[in-house]
Amino acid sequence: MTHAIRFTPPSGEIAPAWAGELKAMMDAYQQAGGDPKVLELPQVATLVISANQVLVAHEIPGVHFRAESLPHGVRARIWVEPHTRLAQPVHLCFGLLPAEGIQEIVADYEIGDYAQVRFLAHCSFPNAVKVEHRMQARIQVGRQASLTYAEEHFHGPYGGTVVVPQAEVRVEDGGHFITTFALTRGRVGDLRLDYHVRVGAGGVAELVTKAYGKSEDTIHVREVVVLDGPGARGLTRTRIAVQDRAQSRVDTVTEGNAPGARGHMDCTEIVRGQAQASNNPLVIVRHDQAQVTHEAAIGTVNRKELETLMARGLSEDEAVDLIIRGLMR
Amino acid sequence: MQPYLLEIKDLYLAREGHVLLNNVNLALKPGEIHVLLGLNGSGKSTLAYTIMGCSGYTPDRGQILFEGRDITGLSLSERARLGITLAWQEPARFEGIPVGKYISLGMKESSRQRVLEALEAVALPPAQYAYRAVDKTLSGGERKRIELAAVYAMRPRLAILDEPDSGIDTLSLTDIERLIRRMADEGSTVLLITHRDELAEIGDSASLMCLGSIAYVGNAEETRRFYREHCQRHPMPPEPMTLGLESKENQP
Ligand SMILES: Nc1ncnc2c1ncn2[C@@H]1O[C@H](COP(=O)(O)OP(=O)(O)O)[C@@H](O)[C@H]1O
Ligand SMILES: [Mg+2]
Repeated sequence: MTHAIRFTPPSGEIAPAWAGELKAMMDAYQQAGGDPKVLELPQVATLVISANQVLVAHEIPGVHFRAESLPHGVRARIWVEPHTRLAQPVHLCFGLLPAEGIQEIVADYEIGDYAQVRFLAHCSFPNAVKVEHRMQARIQVGRQASLTYAEEHFHGPYGGTVVVPQAEVRVEDGGHFITTFALTRGRVGDLRLDYHVRVGAGGVAELVTKAYGKSEDTIHVREVVVLDGPGARGLTRTRIAVQDRAQSRVDTVTEGNAPGARGHMDCTEIVRGQAQASNNPLVIVRHDQAQVTHEAAIGTVNRKELETLMARGLSEDEAVDLIIRGLMR
Repeated sequence: MQPYLLEIKDLYLAREGHVLLNNVNLALKPGEIHVLLGLNGSGKSTLAYTIMGCSGYTPDRGQILFEGRDITGLSLSERARLGITLAWQEPARFEGIPVGKYISLGMKESSRQRVLEALEAVALPPAQYAYRAVDKTLSGGERKRIELAAVYAMRPRLAILDEPDSGIDTLSLTDIERLIRRMADEGSTVLLITHRDELAEIGDSASLMCLGSIAYVGNAEETRRFYREHCQRHPMPPEPMTLGLESKENQP
């Protein structure tokens, strides 16, 4: 069954059976860094999905949601009409409250030509002991359109979350796609991020990924940026900190396939304790007017940075902590 | 009361057969501005790192006394907590640490007012800078001004300023002098390191570093003249001097 929920106020008209769950979701939303009050503003487009239920789908002019329940999740179509410009970001909130379960979001995002929108997604699994969250997104950024997509996760303290965000992104000519993925509070669990972005002429893709792994957490980031159009630009910026026995692996690929294409991959991973990290940047260039560069710093915190902070009276541990928190911001 | 805030006695530091500091003696009275002049490569920064206690700068011989207490064995953090700090010649950059936060790090009690004052003292409009990160997006000159602001905000007992005038574009020498005087007026003792003798005027006393040694000590004017006549006319050789016999292994 496909149901379109139009102009549903985010509070007030919610089915009573869901109200308690919505309240709990809002608490979870807050833990992931969201501000529940914003979701009550009528001018803010909002989509709230708990497990396989759509709790809120509040549309505003130019922004539309269609959603259908799946056995273990939701299939959603989210589209923004051409030329739409929003003052406030579209708020998305995904979560699963029980300690165990699977949530699979199959989402189709379509950003119309010349539209300029920001999305703020919060994914919260605050009680996760054995939870699996899969996001399969197809994202289309139209010609000269701009999409900024910020996603923040909170997985609670138990480390029992497997998170698999996958995105297939197409940036049309002159389009901008800027995405930030942050999993820096609580445990990571097992993160397997896999983004593939294809950029047309004069388009821009910027992928920022931040994760802080502790205990037995594992982080695997795979990002592929294909610069197909003339003058296309791509940047991956990866910031990882791992401590205890956590493991991190960052595989980034940038292809420069057209004249004037410019790509850069920038990876910093701070390693402490028994943790391990690796970075495998792969550069492929198929045009003599394209250029792709990369830089990486993997390992301990830079000594000079540490000593600079210590010269203000911080202990070495406090200095390391401040540097990592800065990197994760 | 101790006659000296900082006293350095016979400091000697060698690396891989190169003598970086050779029997350095230096004494700073409380509240004074002492200028350490010297050409590039003469060992000024090395001395600054050794006083601060940076890793790799443990002297092979000699003593550093702070208010009469031997601090040669103290860690960098411990020295900073005694009130010693350093404005780096080329300050490090930090992702995600806001300028305002960075400036407040050394303050005993965090005060917004003091952070604003410090930013204004280095001619950076707080509204424009306080929430920016101390990262690569700042120019070298902006970063250096923030370093000076952070030291000023801390009200240190001893401020070691390593070439505060280098790379600062629009902040004039007069502005830097004013800031250094302000630090001294607020009770900081200043060790001002520079290779430009124009800045030496501000010093209550001065010394001249040459090839890792203190070659001259006197008032600012005399030292400046000596520097002009003896150093600036005879530029240093590019490599530090090699004294194989004095490398660490051969020390008694
Ligand atoms: N870590 C080091 N190891 C070996 N030599 C060094 C090191 N740091 C500086 N030097 C050398 O010591 C000399 C003094 O350097 P420095 O203290 O930076 O001089 P200044 O600050 O006066 O320009 C230079 O010749 C420099 O090449
Ligand atoms: Mg120097």
